[in-house]
Amino acid sequence: MNIVEFTAVVSLASLLAGFVGSLTGLGGGIIITPLLTLALGVDIRYAIGATLVSVIATSSGAAAAYVREGFSNIRIGMFLVIATTLGAIAGAVLATRISTGAIALIFGVVLLYSAYASSRPRDEQSDDHRPDSLATHLRMNGSYPTPDGPKAYNVQHVPAGFSLMFGAGVLSGLLGIGSGAVKVIAMDQAMDIPFKVSTTTSNFMIGVTAAASAGIYLGRGYIDPGLAMPVMLGVVVGSLVGARVLTHAKTRWLRIVFGLVIGIMAMEMIYHGLTGRL
Amino acid sequence: MQKWTDQYVEELIGNLLQTGVIVASAVVFLGGAIYLTRHGLSAPQYHVFVGEPTDLRTLSGIVRDALALRGRGIIQLGLLLLIATPVARVAFSVAAFAIQRDRLYVVVTLMVLAILLYSLTSGQR
Repeated sequence: MNIVEFTAVVSLASLLAGFVGSLTGLGGGIIITPLLTLALGVDIRYAIGATLVSVIATSSGAAAAYVREGFSNIRIGMFLVIATTLGAIAGAVLATRISTGAIALIFGVVLLYSAYASSRPRDEQSDDHRPDSLATHLRMNGSYPTPDGPKAYNVQHVPAGFSLMFGAGVLSGLLGIGSGAVKVIAMDQAMDIPFKVSTTTSNFMIGVTAAASAGIYLGRGYIDPGLAMPVMLGVVVGSLVGARVLTHAKTRWLRIVFGLVIGIMAMEMIYHGLTGRL
Repeated sequence: MQKWTDQYVEELIGNLLQTGVIVASAVVFLGGAIYLTRHGLSAPQYHVFVGEPTDLRTLSGIVRDALALRGRGIIQLGLLLLIATPVARVAFSVAAFAIQRDRLYVVVTLMVLAILLYSLTSGQR
């Protein structure tokens, strides 16, 4: 296989990943690294560098669409992003210290968890809480549009959410993924922020978090232009098309298929990580 | 200052980010075309990690390579533009919070900006 053929294969795979990733809301990044390493034999460090760049592209590209919906809460996002960027720097430094087998193993476990999280039914409504004094002081409480008019919410457990976000940042920097699933859980479960507000705010945080580790990856030589080019362009086009058809598509069966694919890839990554073949 | 609501500022920034991604993609595409026409027939070597050469790791090296119209340098410049989009977004938020006279969040956002600039420059050593 020469570079032209290799680029064509990677572009097509990334296009598909971006398309399915935007339909299911899981993002394309999480399946590109396993594809590149397992199917094409790319070293996991190059794969992580290329994927991280595509994560920034999807986040920035989707920002306008998310904002128009009127759910995102910039104050929650900006405060929590302090934790995720610090975590991302720690994760990116850690990635240069531990073995590629260990990275593959952790990647597999996170994939498995994401497959499980995406198949679980979710609670659309948040419960009514009394205002938390720290959240009030940080002006995090807000409201979001519903068919019956704006509904107010009070954010809870800020320190717990902040700590979980640091963890999400470490995973993001270590594995080159957006770790949107972990971010949504920190906001949705721990801080009891309504689901739609969590997902849109998480999109903002994903881009900023990835930018924090991208600088370190670039300096360490993990970002190869020849590989990042087809991955980034493929994911951008794929997610744009995905966003267009999103309103018409039935995503239930797609989620199940995607969950299965991710599950299988996760097992492979864990196996290869344990046997030291990655 | 009624005009500068959170929603208005966010929409403005969202559109700006989208433009940034389109510009970055165009630059990457251009670099990719040059790279493929010159090196397309050699074999890819990604199974062994060697790391990128110094000129593709640093800002000055990337700009120099891009100005010399090297394909890989132009791609890397496009990727730098892309990495800059979330950083620009945070910088705009500093201004937006300042216009809203929200001092607490001017400080929070400046902290985020400082962390980002630290990580971007620490990789350059």
